[in-house]
Amino acid sequence: MDDVVGHAGETLPAWSLPKDEVERISLPMEWPERVTREWAWGDSTGEGVRVCILDSGVEAGHPSVGALESAVTITVGEDEEAVVTEDTEGDVSGHGTACAGIVRAIAPECRISSVRVLGQGFKGSGNVLLAGLRHAVEQGFDLINMSLSTTKKPFAAILHELADSAYFRRTVLVASAHNMPVESYPWKFSSVISVGSHEETDPLAFFYNPSPPVEFFARGVNVDVAWSGGRSLTVSGNSFATPHVTAICALILAKHPELTPFQLKNVLYLTATNVGGGK
Amino acid sequence: MTNESELRAAVASGVVGSTESFRALLGAIVQVARAIFGAKASSILLLDEEADELVFEAVVGEGEESLLGMRFPADHGIAGWVLATRTPLVIEDVRTDPRFASDVAEGTGYVPSGLMAAPLLHDEEILGVLEVLDRPEQSHFSLQEMDLLGLFANQAAIAVDLLQRARKAERILEDEGDLAVVARLAAAVDGLEDERRAAGLRLLQNLAATLGRSSAG
Repeated sequence: MDDVVGHAGETLPAWSLPKDEVERISLPMEWPERVTREWAWGDSTGEGVRVCILDSGVEAGHPSVGALESAVTITVGEDEEAVVTEDTEGDVSGHGTACAGIVRAIAPECRISSVRVLGQGFKGSGNVLLAGLRHAVEQGFDLINMSLSTTKKPFAAILHELADSAYFRRTVLVASAHNMPVESYPWKFSSVISVGSHEETDPLAFFYNPSPPVEFFARGVNVDVAWSGGRSLTVSGNSFATPHVTAICALILAKHPELTPFQLKNVLYLTATNVGGGK
Repeated sequence: MTNESELRAAVASGVVGSTESFRALLGAIVQVARAIFGAKASSILLLDEEADELVFEAVVGEGEESLLGMRFPADHGIAGWVLATRTPLVIEDVRTDPRFASDVAEGTGYVPSGLMAAPLLHDEEILGVLEVLDRPEQSHFSLQEMDLLGLFANQAAIAVDLLQRARKAERILEDEGDLAVVARLAAAVDGLEDERRAAGLRLLQNLAATLGRSSAG
């Protein structure tokens, strides 16, 4: 996934397009007349796509999760600097394992990493979240699953910047929408893919919402998930809808690694159950 | 020096006797939440930011007596996750691993089989967590219930905000003992009736005028 055509870092025209450069930005892929699920992710297993679960940690070796590519925990040092250490604790609540299990079930051959931003006490948890997201963006993951949000306004501007830098670096942020009447971030930013819940049972059923800010609805009610301690549970919440979309993105990116976040969102739209995917 | 709005709040708390009322309001909210969901128990946990702990502030149903006032680390279990992520969460089959509800289980030995939890959010602050334990087993969870839980959490957050303001006002009075008399006076006059109340108010107005003159001069 690191050497895709048109990846940031190549010297493609950035701010303007001179006449003799037009040829250089011709798109490398042929788009079908109609984008179908078969074209988008048929036969894909998510192989090679790097998915980060930014959460409470992930229990490595859980039968529904398997091996992790990496697992780190984030703390903030005395000078507000981010400290990244190998995570030996696993999952402090079970939630991250649930998200990882959902991704693994849909995209069995993707590469899952855990960045733990919870479990260091409540104090400073906002700073830890920011540091964790910054670290994840720097690692160049293809997808970052963020089944969490913050309501702290001072963090909004920094989160916005991080979300935009991820977008331009081809790291797709998939974030849970809030189902309560409060302002929270980063799901409301247009550079992320925001996800709410529907009540259907098909894990591949997802709907485009023509009335944003929530852009997609995925399975989020009575979902059987992996949980820490090698167990499984039935859970509900937008935080479980989110990894369904993350996993579908992993399937698409494995088959079409050249897609930018903008193009990926378009493919999601075209294959949504209420758009083209239901046919 | 105490700022004016805090002093006003402190004086008002003397008149309203507010912390008890707001605590009663929290109790009423968990009672209604429990009744509406047909649940076995419901509780409100407040965040004590200084101690980095969650405290059971209102409890109804299972664990009612033993849990009230109990504390546990704020990054612990399901409530800790909801607090840190500001995201509601519904879990069934909790019994498969009692750690999920260790906050409740450690206090009572009662392990719920299902748990709903929502953050108490007021503006950009997180104040605590609302929990509803053990809905009827035959009922299938729906998004409608999630919305309802959010509405209760919103109401509880407003009550918690009022309670915390009242507590802060009380602390101001305690910290500055000489000002506590202002609240006592306000409460005393408020408790009088008719002519005695009118006389009391006149007395206070004269006192205020006199003090105002002397401080101005």
